Amino acid sequence: MPTQLRLDNFMSEHEYTPKSKVGKWFNDRLPLLTLANHLTDYPTPKNLNYWWTFGGILTFCLITQIVTGLVLAMHYIAHADMAFQSVEHIMRDVNYGWLIRYIHANGASMFFLAVYIHIFRSLFYGSYKSPREVIWIIGIIIYLLMMAAAFLGYVLPWGQMSFWGATVITNLFSAIPLVGEGIVTWLWGGYSVDNPTLTRFFTLHYLIPFLILGLVVLHIWALHVPGNNNPIGIDIKKPSKDTVPFHPYIVIKDGFALLMFMIVFAFFVFYTPNILGHADNYIEANPLVTPAHIVPEWYLLPFYAILRSVPDKLLGVIAMLSAILILAALPWLDTSKIRSAVFRPLYKQFYWILVADVLILGYVGAMPAEGLYLLIARIATAYYFLHFLVVLPVLGFKERTIPVPLSITEPILGGSPNFAAIKKKDSFKDQ
Amino acid sequence: MSEKKTNRRDFLFTATYAVGAVGAGAVIWPMIDQMNPDASVKALASTEVDVSAVNPGKTITVLWRGKPVFIRRRTPEEIAEAKSVKIEDLKHPEKDEDRAKNPEWLVMLGVCTHLGCVPLDQKGDYNGWFCPCHGSHYDTSGRIRKGPAPTNMEIPEYKFVDANTIKIG
Repeated sequence: MPTQLRLDNFMSEHEYTPKSKVGKWFNDRLPLLTLANHLTDYPTPKNLNYWWTFGGILTFCLITQIVTGLVLAMHYIAHADMAFQSVEHIMRDVNYGWLIRYIHANGASMFFLAVYIHIFRSLFYGSYKSPREVIWIIGIIIYLLMMAAAFLGYVLPWGQMSFWGATVITNLFSAIPLVGEGIVTWLWGGYSVDNPTLTRFFTLHYLIPFLILGLVVLHIWALHVPGNNNPIGIDIKKPSKDTVPFHPYIVIKDGFALLMFMIVFAFFVFYTPNILGHADNYIEANPLVTPAHIVPEWYLLPFYAILRSVPDKLLGVIAMLSAILILAALPWLDTSKIRSAVFRPLYKQFYWILVADVLILGYVGAMPAEGLYLLIARIATAYYFLHFLVVLPVLGFKERTIPVPLSITEPILGGSPNFAAIKKKDSFKDQ
Repeated sequence: MSEKKTNRRDFLFTATYAVGAVGAGAVIWPMIDQMNPDASVKALASTEVDVSAVNPGKTITVLWRGKPVFIRRRTPEEIAEAKSVKIEDLKHPEKDEDRAKNPEWLVMLGVCTHLGCVPLDQKGDYNGWFCPCHGSHYDTSGRIRKGPAPTNMEIPEYKFVDANTIKIG
């Protein structure tokens, strides 16, 4: 009768017993050391490339935002009359306030940069496919919460872009028939964006990162059940010749990538801290004057372009939301059994067209919604949905894929540590 | 045993759930309703404006409930233009007479009905207002003519207290 609590299959496959007596005593009561051991020994595919380092980078981004945000909240005042000045106070008077705020503001952009690379990594290597659908869907929820947190945070400095961004985004809800106007008044706590709006936005902005943190734990937990996908997208027997322990191999690789990422991050913070923002936000909020050109932050531009490309208010909002929510259905829209684009010659091309399409949407989202820009936005929006609703389902049936190796080592050494895979391949040969 | 019969225990379960649901609702509702406009916000619901200094062809903007209200003293040409529009051509059909009780004075919320920006005066294809955010054009009566906005700019409740004073709200 083992006294040790087992943390089930998602933990290490082998039993772990701490060496010290104290460790064993504690671990029998709360198996934290078993968890630590699992995370250290966790078998990872040995062919993971640098696109796989963004999970770690994103964890770093989240912690950076939480720590800098916590410190900023010690100096910031969430009141319509004082918010703008308190931000200037942080910038000018608080010791290193400028640094902390610039890290937080640019940190949001870095967070989105990393998450987009992370998402497009999944799209290329088919990481969203069975058995990783739940990891993917949790990821989409995290992404939605990130957008909410970023929007709420952008309102807090109470500049012109803050105010009018808040007005435009909250007004999206007024598109809902019958109850829309009531919902908007409820969100505002008044008849326009004002002090009650600011205080509740601050509260929610503070809350969401911790929700994200909880979901990140679930995201990683769900990841550790099937294990990592990998650049050739095959099922890997673990542990085996195809895997290496997470520590030190992946830790070192992630650490190196994080350093490179931090160089980019530091470049923005120290050399061009305002390049990703809008000058209008250094003008205090004025409910009587709308800035001539309202644009969201760069990371929301593709969706903004989709919103504006539809001439009807309600349909525009529906199109924008669908563009995000359609991602949650992706594991079922992509009918191909082959995960990695490496073995899907046609999908690989459509993948890059989608990347270009999203970049084009981002570009036209920053431009005025008229003339040629509007036309391009409409075509790009149509293609975006076409990719997910038509191209992906059809491609799974029509595409001639390249044979997938049995294991990471097979192309060089032959065979596979995964006997199930050999059996499957042999049965294909028999046919 | 196999026969399903409603007995006293089932009734007690149902009654317990029902009371529990009412209790949960009673707790949740205050949590939701606290976000609605509070008494101090509602108390600022009306405002009086002196318009004696407004000449024809000029607009003043006043703040009412945190929103801009346009008060425009229209020129005869603008009134004529607003009245000459065929009602069938309008996306949101409203007669100019219904929007401006006194045709010289147009009092309306300066809020674009698309996503709430403040339109610019004397701009756009219809000599009225133009919203810079997403390109909605309004005519000299504040009616939507072109662009994504679904309806005309809203006319708030207002009345002339005397010849020079308008009470909004």
